[in-house]
Amino acid sequence: MTNRVGVMLRDPGFWGDNAALIGLVVIGAVFSVLTPFFLTWANISDLLVSASILLVLATAQQFSIVTGGIDLSIAANLPWAAVVFGLAYNGGLGMPVSIIAAILAGTLVGVVNGLVIAKLKVNDFIATLGMLGVMNGVALIVSGGQSFAVNSHFLQGLALGSIGPIRYFYLIAILIAAGAHLLFTHTAFGTHVLATGGNRDAARNMGIPTDRMKIAVYVIDGALVGLAAILLVARTGGSDPSLQTSQLLTSIASVVLGGSSLFGGRAAVLGTVAGALVLTTLLNGFTLLQVSEYYQPMAVGIVVIAAAVLSRLQK
Amino acid sequence: MSPILEIHDLKKSFGAVEALRGAELICPAGEVTALVGDNGAGKSTLIRCITGVHPPDSGTIAFKGAPIHFASPTEARAVGIETVYQDLALVEDLTVWQNMYLNRELKRGIGPFRWLDRRRMIDETHAKLSRLLVNMPPVRAKVRRLSGGQRQSISIGRAASWGSALVIMDEPTAALGLRERGAVETLIGNLRGEGIAQLVISHDLEQVMRISDSVWVMRAGRTIAHWRTQEVDRTRIVAAIAGGEV
Repeated sequence: MTNRVGVMLRDPGFWGDNAALIGLVVIGAVFSVLTPFFLTWANISDLLVSASILLVLATAQQFSIVTGGIDLSIAANLPWAAVVFGLAYNGGLGMPVSIIAAILAGTLVGVVNGLVIAKLKVNDFIATLGMLGVMNGVALIVSGGQSFAVNSHFLQGLALGSIGPIRYFYLIAILIAAGAHLLFTHTAFGTHVLATGGNRDAARNMGIPTDRMKIAVYVIDGALVGLAAILLVARTGGSDPSLQTSQLLTSIASVVLGGSSLFGGRAAVLGTVAGALVLTTLLNGFTLLQVSEYYQPMAVGIVVIAAAVLSRLQK
Repeated sequence: MSPILEIHDLKKSFGAVEALRGAELICPAGEVTALVGDNGAGKSTLIRCITGVHPPDSGTIAFKGAPIHFASPTEARAVGIETVYQDLALVEDLTVWQNMYLNRELKRGIGPFRWLDRRRMIDETHAKLSRLLVNMPPVRAKVRRLSGGQRQSISIGRAASWGSALVIMDEPTAALGLRERGAVETLIGNLRGEGIAQLVISHDLEQVMRISDSVWVMRAGRTIAHWRTQEVDRTRIVAAIAGGEV
């Protein structure tokens, strides 16, 4: 048994496949040594809450990346769906309708992305870059360029409430990630998405409708961004139409950290979760240690590059 | 034996290029039929006409005695004609069993809650392939980790595992080393033992002599000669391919 563990640890592929998880353990260990506050349930719970929106966005990003695509429009879709949500609720449509409106708003962007990419044969990067601009403009026009407060007991409960020690916020994020994991590992749909990303010609040759798969992943991606927008409004107490570029970049970084290939075909949802947690833990630890926030993006960048180097060892 | 596939006077042009000018072919049940010829002789076009990639301009293709007109490879597959392509067969990041059951997944549960029956697919992949393959890879391994010969064997094994009546292979061993080529040839022999008709395009005449029951030679869009393999020798086949006396 110890021998098998030894073999596993000497295998460079093991380090490559689990880079994010190993990084999470190492970073966690370093911070727990440096500050006694790190490894307390209160702090871990805070950390998970601040990771929740990123977790949902990274899972959304995972869907486009697994087909060899990328979704840059997340940075604009997120504020767009948040504005739709806020306007619907403040306009008196009620919470259930507003939630549906937010998810539909996000889904709509996904549908357009998917159709432009699959039917008009536009490269994913270009198509979503275009939609980034379009939706940024639409969000600014619809909101008059102003952020506005959205006050609701339901949203406060969502942001602050818990079942026992488990906060709703990360419970939702964990359920979304678990659902995505099961989709990829335990459904025919998930397998067909992986096949489309891994070898589109082979998938098509086996009768899989690869264009429909491509559209489907962007639809799921968009719907999840709509959900993330609701969490964002709940957390910040308002809708802000400005671009969420850092959320976009960290969502891509989480997926890459997690070991999914940007060329598609591999979905490491658990790795993506670990990746998102690594990035959030870095920020959390730096805050606890009172390191200037100017150093934080630097650390995140270094971690992403280090993970990419490690992933070259992948089997 | 009665023919599984019978092609008569098949013609196909692409613009001014006459790719097929009256090709003939017969694939008897349970036999290995080899199709040989120089590059551009029309072998690939003939296969694409059979599998529904290109519709022929004229002539007949009869499968199990009935005329067929496929609009796509999916339709050909539905009646039991499987094609093994060299490069676009397997998804490297999926496991052996996932590839085996790609778009034919076994599921359990009801309604929207239909999960993959992974256990059964893993077991049956093992059962189906281990009977045929010489060098059986672990069914849970990703295809990326397998050798070229193992990949080719899985492609062929998959093609033959779905009640197929005819398996078509385009240069099944062209990219393989000596030992791996042997494993694939053994697999072809095992499939013949199962009664599956096979149509094999090959440039390797030694191989054609080893594995085939009959051999058809194409030149300039026509099938210009065919023999029972045991009644011909390599020199005559070469001469036919090169354009000498038949």
